[in-house]
Parts: sequence; C-alpha cells; structure tokens
Amino acid sequence: MLALPVLLPLATAIALHLLPHRPRLLRLVAFAGSLALLAAAIALFVRVESAGIQVLQVGSWAAPFGITLVADLFSALLVLMVGIIAVAVTGSSFAGVDPRREAFGYHALIHVLLMGVSGAFLTGDIFNLYVWFEVMLIASFVLMSLHRTRAQLHAAFTYVGLNLLSSAFLLTAIGLLYGQAGTLNLADIARAWPERRTPGLDAALSMLFLTAFGLKAGLFPLFFWLPASYHTPPAAVSALLAGLLTKVGVYAMIRVFTLLFPDPGARVYGVILVLSAVTMVVGLLGAIGQLDFRRTLSFNLVGHIGFTTVGLGLWTPAALGGSILYVLHHMLVVTSLFLVSGLFLRQRRTTDLRALGGLYRSQPAVACLAMVPLFSLAGIPPLSGFIAKLAVVGAVLAGNHYWLAGVALVVSLLTVLSMARLWDEAIWKPSPTDASLPRLGVAIVAPIAWLVALTLGFTVAAGPAYGVSMRAAAQLLDARGYIHAVLGEDAPRAAR
Amino acid sequence: MELLLAVVAGVLYAAGLYLMLRRRLGQLIIGLSLLSNGSNVLILAAAGVTRAKPPLITAVSVRADQFADPVPQSLILTAIVIGFGVLAFALVLAHRVHRSVGTDDIDAIGPDRV
Repeated sequence: MLALPVLLPLATAIALHLLPHRPRLLRLVAFAGSLALLAAAIALFVRVESAGIQVLQVGSWAAPFGITLVADLFSALLVLMVGIIAVAVTGSSFAGVDPRREAFGYHALIHVLLMGVSGAFLTGDIFNLYVWFEVMLIASFVLMSLHRTRAQLHAAFTYVGLNLLSSAFLLTAIGLLYGQAGTLNLADIARAWPERRTPGLDAALSMLFLTAFGLKAGLFPLFFWLPASYHTPPAAVSALLAGLLTKVGVYAMIRVFTLLFPDPGARVYGVILVLSAVTMVVGLLGAIGQLDFRRTLSFNLVGHIGFTTVGLGLWTPAALGGSILYVLHHMLVVTSLFLVSGLFLRQRRTTDLRALGGLYRSQPAVACLAMVPLFSLAGIPPLSGFIAKLAVVGAVLAGNHYWLAGVALVVSLLTVLSMARLWDEAIWKPSPTDASLPRLGVAIVAPIAWLVALTLGFTVAAGPAYGVSMRAAAQLLDARGYIHAVLGEDAPRAAR
Repeated sequence: MELLLAVVAGVLYAAGLYLMLRRRLGQLIIGLSLLSNGSNVLILAAAGVTRAKPPLITAVSVRADQFADPVPQSLILTAIVIGFGVLAFALVLAHRVHRSVGTDDIDAIGPDRV
C-alpha cells in the first residue's frame, strides 16, 4: 500500500522499456501508469487522513536498522500532487512528442523521475532520501540533455553541475550526522539527537542541509541554475521539473529541519526567513525584466519558493500550514503554466513574448483556460493563489513580522504586474504576424484543462484544503507522533 | 588515523571546489569526482575508524564497540556506485558538448540570452 507510489512508476518504466517501440502504445501505457499512480496516491491519502501516519518497514527489518517508508499528511498530500501532475504530463504526450526523444526512452524516464520523487516524499531514512534524490536527478539529467542546440547543452551542463554539487553537500551533511547520531532512520535521529547535538555541529549541519536543499529548492542565492535551464527543454519536461523538483527540495528542508532542529528560536530559522524574503524580491525583480514567457515563469517560480519556506522560518503551525497550502497551489499552477507555454511552442516554436499574441482572438476558450493559472499565480481572488497567499501573509502578521508581510505584499503586487504582462503580451494583444497559425487541438489543451479544473476545485474546497494543511503542519511541528509511529514504544535503540 | 583522514577529506574538498570553479568542462568533471570522493572519506572519518576488527560476527553475543561499524562502509559503497554512474553520465554529456561545440570552455558554449 505504502510502497505502491514507488513501485507503480518502476513497473511502468520497466514495461515501457520492454514494449515494442510503437509511440501510440507507449503513450497509452505511460498514461495508464500515471492513472494507477494517481489512484494509489488517492488511496494512500485517504488512509493517512482516516488512520493517521502510515509506516512500512521494508523487508520487515525492525525500525532503526532497515529502511522505513513513512507517510504522514504532508507526504501523502505531496504524493497526491505527484499523481495529479503525472497524469497531466503523460497525458500531454498524446499531443505529440519529438520522435527522437521518444526513441530514447522519454516515457520510461518520466516514470523513473516520478518514482524518485515519490520515494523522496515517502522515505523515513536520510540516506535513502539521498538515493532517491540521485534517482530523480539522473532521470531529469537525461530528460534535460536530450538536446541538440548550444543553449540547451549549456543549460543542461549548468543544471547537472550545480545539482551534483548539492548532492555532495547533502552527502557530507549525512556523513557528519551519522558520525554523531549513529543512526540513519529519521525518527531515530530525531529521538537521539537532543542528547547528542553540540552547538558547533548544529551550526555546520544546519548550514550544510540548508545549502544542499536550498540549491534544489531554488532559494536565494543558490537559484541561478533554475532560470538558466528551465526554459530550454520541451514544455512537458519543464512542466514536470518545475512542478515537482523544486518542491522536493522544499519538502526535504521542512522534513529534516522539523525533525532535527525542533527549536523555534534557532538562528537558522532567522536565516531562512531572510533568505525567503530575498528570494521573493530577487525572483520577482528578475521576472519583471524578462521578455520570454518561460523565463518569466522560471523567475516567478523562484520568487514564489520564498512563500513556501517562510512557514519553516516562522515555525508556527499557522505559518507552516500556510506554506504547505502554498506548495500545493504552486505545484498545480506552475505545472499548468509551463504546459500553457507548450501551446505557444506548438503554434510559433518560440516563447518570446514579442513574437506571441492573438490567442484570445483566435481561440478565446483556450485563452480563458490559460487565464486561470496566470491569475491564480498572481493571487487574484477568489483563485487558489489568493487563498494560499492569505494563509501565509496572515500567519506572518500574526507572528508580528510586519517587514516580512510588507515584502510579501509588494512581491504579490510585482507578481500581478508580471502575470498581467504575460497575459497581455502572449494572449491578449493582436498577433504580430498575419500568418495563420495551427489550431490547438483537444489533445494539447486537455492536460491544462485537467489542472485548471483542479485549481478551481482547490478554490471551491479552500476550507478543507486549509484544514488539511494545518493538520499536516501540526503533525510536522510535533515530532513525537512521527517518532512514535515509526519506532513504537519499545523499539531497540540504535547500535552505537 | 582520523586526523589523517580528516586532512585528506579537506584537501579533496578544496581541490574539488577549486576545479569546479574553473571554466573547462574536463576540470569541472574531475572536480566533481574529487568532491564526491572527499565526502566518502569524510563519512569514514566522521563515523570513527576501528583498526583491523572487521564486523564478521561469529559469537552469539558481542559488544558493538568491539567491531568496526559496517554502516558507514555500506554508505560509502552506495555513494561510490551512484557517484560512478553520475560521473559516467557527466563524461558523456561533456563529450557531446565538445563534439557539437568544438570547445570545452563553458562560457563559450552557450550565448545565454538574458
């Protein structure tokens, strides 16, 4: 049950490798695999919601000795999002994939990536977390580097180099942590850590983890690889990477910090708050200056990562819950916006804003569909972005951090500006050429419609979504439940 | 022994990071491999080194501190395997870049539009 979100993509990836190379068949199998993943994720979420934290001791090794899979509400919510995004991204391949990519195992790689992401969300073992990071990185490296142009190769190399650097930092931190804690099980570390930690090691470890996860999440000043690489691959790949990978960094940061440094006053949380604020400002200032749809989105993605780490920095249930709500909203909206950029690539082979326009006149229904994620990211009420921002800013104000609330609101205004410009330049203004463009068919619009429907559903079900996020935050901030679920009452202590 | 390993790890980190700051692809890749080997040595040193006491346990009950801890060794083994795979990929990528661009200067590869 708990292992299904990992095993299903693995089985799908293996099947995709073994099947004869017929594009239509491969796409169908990949899509069916995603539907199965979504079903497993929904089942897992329902189970966690009704019966509390789920634990699986892999191979029946008792808790601190083997590898443990754990699903609390936060993990289950994120795995649910993986399923939703998987359906959208594999569904978008019916509209056509570059044949060269398809021949090199595009569909199988997507499922390997999904496996890595689900594994990272579900594992309860810190070294296993590193392994899942590597699984998803290798898949994303290959997806990124199936390219020919110079700009694309350059982007791939930046991406590979910096992500490997971040992995080395993570491995260093894990090594130091093991040296002191003597165990790799996250719950066991959390239990043993208070008596073994020393101030010096705390400082070193918190900075190493912050660097490693911050690089993956795209926090200032470690985000430069992201806008330099996310605008080059095909739309479906950048949608997948943008929707999932940075959120894995945010997830890992929240998970490890809440278990390892459960003291709200720690200096590292002040650092995280300042970095979040600077990330928001720098990301959005970068977005304002861009003349390309996907580069604008990439900078917006970076800027809004700030909103998802604020909750960790404030360390209050309301703030962390708000950030979790923000992560969920952001995954939906960013994925759909990168898929929208695929519409422009299909029509004009570019996402340069100066060459776009006229979509509203030619296909108003599609334009209205694209409007929902654009305005939702901008935070226009009553869409999901408004609700998530309200939750975060409300919690920031409740914590008396007025400067931070001010920064968040100014950044929201900049987002409105940036999104309004995207809407105006890419969709609203008349087409700069008279050439007739290919009409966008159902196959390429359907995945966007699926995500837009969920964004609207998120808006309608704002109350329950807010409630779930708050309960997830409460679970995270009180590690006792997590430790008890994994280790039980009388679990043996780690060997050393 | 720990001191020696710590110094080795530090030197490997320093050399690896220095090489990663260079502009040539080959040096970047060598830097990456030095860095990952540095972290392997660090894991060994941080977990403590026990000399000539392999964890091959035959007696029914033994004390844990009488044997070397096998966990860091298995971590390093896993990290070496992963590092090897990643390194092979990076080499192939560098080879493709070199073949299509004809240089290994990173800045000369992509006129990155800003």
